[in-house]
Amino acid sequence: MLKRIYAIFMGRNREFLRDRSSLAWNLLLPVALVFGLSYAFDGQRDEYTVGVLQAEDTIDTSLHPFLETRFVRFVAYDDIDEAMLKIERHQLDLLVDIGPPTRYWINPSASTGYFVEFALLQASSNSANNVVKEQVTGAPVRFADWILPGILGMNMMFSCLFGVGYVIVRYRKNGFLKRLRATPLTSFEFITAQIASRMVLIMLITTVVYTGTHLLLDTRMEGSYMTLFIVGLVGAISLVSLGLVVSARVTSEELAGGLLNLINWPMMMLSGVWFSLEGTGEILQNISKIFPLTHVLDSARAVILDGATLADIAPSLAALVLLSSVFLAIGAAIFRWEQY
Amino acid sequence: MTIALEARDLVKVYPDVRAVDGVSFSVPEGICFGLLGPNGAGKTTTVEIIEGVTNATSGEVYYYGEIAGHRFRQEAGIQFQNTALQDYLTVRETISMFRSLYDRQADIDDIIEQCSLGDLLDRDNRKLSGGQRQRLLLAVALVNRPRLVFLDEPTTGLDPQARRNFWDLVQSIRADGATIVLTTHYMDEAQVLCDEIAIMDEGKIITQGAPESLLHARYGDQLINLAHGEIRRPNLEDLFLDLTGHSLRV
Repeated sequence: MLKRIYAIFMGRNREFLRDRSSLAWNLLLPVALVFGLSYAFDGQRDEYTVGVLQAEDTIDTSLHPFLETRFVRFVAYDDIDEAMLKIERHQLDLLVDIGPPTRYWINPSASTGYFVEFALLQASSNSANNVVKEQVTGAPVRFADWILPGILGMNMMFSCLFGVGYVIVRYRKNGFLKRLRATPLTSFEFITAQIASRMVLIMLITTVVYTGTHLLLDTRMEGSYMTLFIVGLVGAISLVSLGLVVSARVTSEELAGGLLNLINWPMMMLSGVWFSLEGTGEILQNISKIFPLTHVLDSARAVILDGATLADIAPSLAALVLLSSVFLAIGAAIFRWEQY
Repeated sequence: MTIALEARDLVKVYPDVRAVDGVSFSVPEGICFGLLGPNGAGKTTTVEIIEGVTNATSGEVYYYGEIAGHRFRQEAGIQFQNTALQDYLTVRETISMFRSLYDRQADIDDIIEQCSLGDLLDRDNRKLSGGQRQRLLLAVALVNRPRLVFLDEPTTGLDPQARRNFWDLVQSIRADGATIVLTTHYMDEAQVLCDEIAIMDEGKIITQGAPESLLHARYGDQLINLAHGEIRRPNLEDLFLDLTGHSLRV
């Protein structure tokens, strides 16, 4: 059995590694995106962000004139530690507890916080309540630090879904699967070889891209590299398994492309590749949890930015293992070799 | 006489057509058996059911007296009518990969020599000519020292030289003791290679036997008059057209 798996595994590896255009695309696209976006967006924001300490999700602007300030996005926080961490990293410009008394926290090295503080003090000037200032210190999380896991995750998603899903559909359509079926190879052996091949290739590519960008851009790394590698590995298994579900029966490359895009786009929009879902509705945040990429990015960012340990990200890893099991079970159950 | 392969009452029904309709035949060990028929007669479906790549609606396939299963997959070599191979792999890597899928393995140098692939070993699969590609596909079918070889229209699209070269190859495989099941459109090919044939039409076998016996049974000593006063003995093509008609099949 292992001999057969190894033969198919090596065949697929050779096919991918010798297709120079695909290989270059997989390596260069994420690097170009991280560099390009970091250069374009680092330090640039369209609006200010202020955290409001309160138990409720929605913010009642009538509580304080400051909450009616234009061009400021107010986000509710019920966990002061989480909000303080964001102030430390310049991800929030200011944190305010309306009170009374009104208290606010600010990072003195953040220029944007300086301006929002002016707005708060101006808005509070007619108030009878005292305003209490607290200072928080910490280096900023740069855009490159935040976007790097997103780009790597997106590249992993495309590579896993298309590298397995699309390829199996192509094999089925051109008769290669039928040829393999006429050998002693079992569907389990074939699927295992495909998953193993893609896992090795995507982990290799992701490691090379991460190492290169990490060294060149000096991106933040608070946690362990091994923990980050485990997140990537578990995430890749989950995404490859999802690709397998799509490819299990589909016989048309056009349909496969459509289905894969149907999965890709919501994941790309709702899993936090480009922007955080923080501050969006609870329903949207809950929907995002059904996507494996959400758990991959949440875990990776927790490791990179917060120094999270395996225990800290265990719930996300468990979710990925559960999703992988479901996808693999469905994929194996409905897989078929033939075109018709 | 040992029966290598037996098909019993094979039926394949698709939603809009009964592609195979109660096909039964047996193939003695060591012969070349030809399955002939016009387009859409059901011969490829029949062969694919026997090969185990298409599920039959009903019927059974026996290999040396046992239901075709694991042993059949280990001992059968198959050349499909249309098979894509993996891009970017060389001829050597392709043969080696397929060889690794079997417990029974032929000597790789023997296959390369038999299929005249020595000069092509490092060539990318995508850069092979039609004849070279067919020789590679045959090599892939031989990687497990098969006792039973299926060749589904193996010379379709080849030039006359490549066809005859391929016939020599098939005869050498048979000389090594393998049983061969061949489907073809070419009556001259069947006449040269096959010890026994079955002609299919509309999903059924309409006649079966040794080519000479079938010709004799149908035509006796009858001769065919050609234009310009020439005469000749009837051949398999005449028999084929007499049995399946002259109307165009799609």
